Amino acid sequence: MLEVRGLNAWYGESHILHGMDFDVAEGEVVTLLGRNGAGKTTTLKSVMGMVGRREGAVKFQSKELIKLPSNAIARMGIAFCPEERGIFSSLNVQENLLLPPKVRDGGLDVGNIYELFPNLRERLKSQGTKLSGGEQQMLAIGRILRTGARLLMLDEPTEGLAPVIVQQIGRTIASLKRQGFTILLVEQNFRFAQTVADRYYVVEHGRVVDMVANTALEASMDKIHAYLGV
Amino acid sequence: MTEIFGIPTQALFGQLLIGLINGSFYALLSLGLAVIFGLLNIINFTHGAQYMMGAFVAWFLLNKTGIGYWWALVIAPIAVGIFGVIIERTMLKQLYKLDHLYGLLLTFGLALIIQGLFRNEYGSSGLPYSIPSQLTGGQNLGFMFLPNYRAWVIVFSLAVCLSTWFVIEKTKLGSYLRAATENPELVRAFGINVPRMITLTYGFGVGLAALAGVMAAPIYSVNPLMGENLIIVVFAVVVIGGMGSIMGSIVTGFGLGIIEGLTKVFYPEASATVIFIVMAIVLAIRPAGLFGTQK
Ligand SMILES: Nc1ncnc2c1ncn2[C@@H]1O[C@H](COP(=O)(O)OP(=O)(O)O)[C@@H](O)[C@H]1O
Ligand SMILES: [Mg+2]
Repeated sequence: MLEVRGLNAWYGESHILHGMDFDVAEGEVVTLLGRNGAGKTTTLKSVMGMVGRREGAVKFQSKELIKLPSNAIARMGIAFCPEERGIFSSLNVQENLLLPPKVRDGGLDVGNIYELFPNLRERLKSQGTKLSGGEQQMLAIGRILRTGARLLMLDEPTEGLAPVIVQQIGRTIASLKRQGFTILLVEQNFRFAQTVADRYYVVEHGRVVDMVANTALEASMDKIHAYLGV
Repeated sequence: MTEIFGIPTQALFGQLLIGLINGSFYALLSLGLAVIFGLLNIINFTHGAQYMMGAFVAWFLLNKTGIGYWWALVIAPIAVGIFGVIIERTMLKQLYKLDHLYGLLLTFGLALIIQGLFRNEYGSSGLPYSIPSQLTGGQNLGFMFLPNYRAWVIVFSLAVCLSTWFVIEKTKLGSYLRAATENPELVRAFGINVPRMITLTYGFGVGLAALAGVMAAPIYSVNPLMGENLIIVVFAVVVIGGMGSIMGSIVTGFGLGIIEGLTKVFYPEASATVIFIVMAIVLAIRPAGLFGTQK
């Protein structure tokens, strides 16, 4: 579904991605692992067209995205949930939830989203940023489920959240996977990633240095710990 | 003879009315500035010139084609708005990544050029523009005489301001605008064509200035420098209300018009400076403005 080849990206003068190569197949949950600053966020933003300059090939459903602006990429059916969540303070919860326009048929309806995240329904008129960190994360995920995008890119959705919330987000990702969504996940929390991912790519200094399938995970544990420096 | 605080009610209400009229223009103009600043991060110094252009378009329409006031209310904002869109597409869009200062300098330069051209052509004495026939005359309210045209200006600008506020704060379109003001990259990554939205927003803000210009034509006459004199006060209004706040600019615009009017009654010597005194006080106590939040 997503094919990335030789992806390079720059922020101004600094060259961050040095030829990323990876694939995500339809219906898969793929996780990018790597230390802080390795370039995981930049990779998602480059796929989404959100960095100033990028080169290489990014194919989504066999269509080349590298020259498209981010609004056109979103319209192809890719949605991005940023690391900092990006909840708008001048919008209430409901407005935040309804903000991203529908780009395809087949998204969840608002009722489904409330079933996944019942807390949101209670707080519809609250200012978006008045929610707790966990609720903001639910809102950030919930709002991209409506759009009909089939590839969801989630950047560290469990960062800084309490274990119960992490579990809830884990169940959500599993449920989305069952519903046929394709998910590209960035995670530092490897134990969490283990519960949902099919495959892992290890990112170092803006390159993919290794790929591990979930089935080979036990055998690769030492290697992964060495990569992550834990 | 009725008096309040030793002031004849006639004079008091008369000045109050003038205050409300001025306040209508302050509100319309500072609203446009606030909308533009919110999304574009540009302090649009061309605003006064665009207001003047609105008045001139109305004058041209009447004198060259016979099209009257009511059509001018529609045509002038669209025409000047299109002019704004062209400026945004060809010049302003180059500046978004740079400091505020560049946008300010560019728009200030443009204002000088536009005003210079009009002044060259039409001198600096005003061209008359008469009140539309439907709104001549006035009402005797007992305590004062209320000219119909002035009542119309107050009611109509209030309606335009509140509709703009409603669209921005309460509609889906407005939620795009508010969100893009906070984080344009993310809104764009949701599939919204933010650059186009920025262009149209600038066109809209400029159109509001031109609308104010048409409304002003019968009151102040049509003059190449009409905007230059007004815009300095409007910038003070924007600073007092807080950059980028929609309701803030409306309330502050009308409020300061009234304060200015009342100052004319109670202490006429200060009437030309009272707004700047208020500005100094507000800046000292709340630097972000009455309704603003620190960015
Ligand atoms: N907006 C930016 N401007 C300049 N450099 C940046 C920017 N964002 C990230 N970087 C740099 O890019 C590198 C990769 O960052 P990032 O992709 O956020 O890493 P990760 O998500 O893997 O922690 C880091 O060295 C970081 O300092
Ligand atoms: Mg990151």
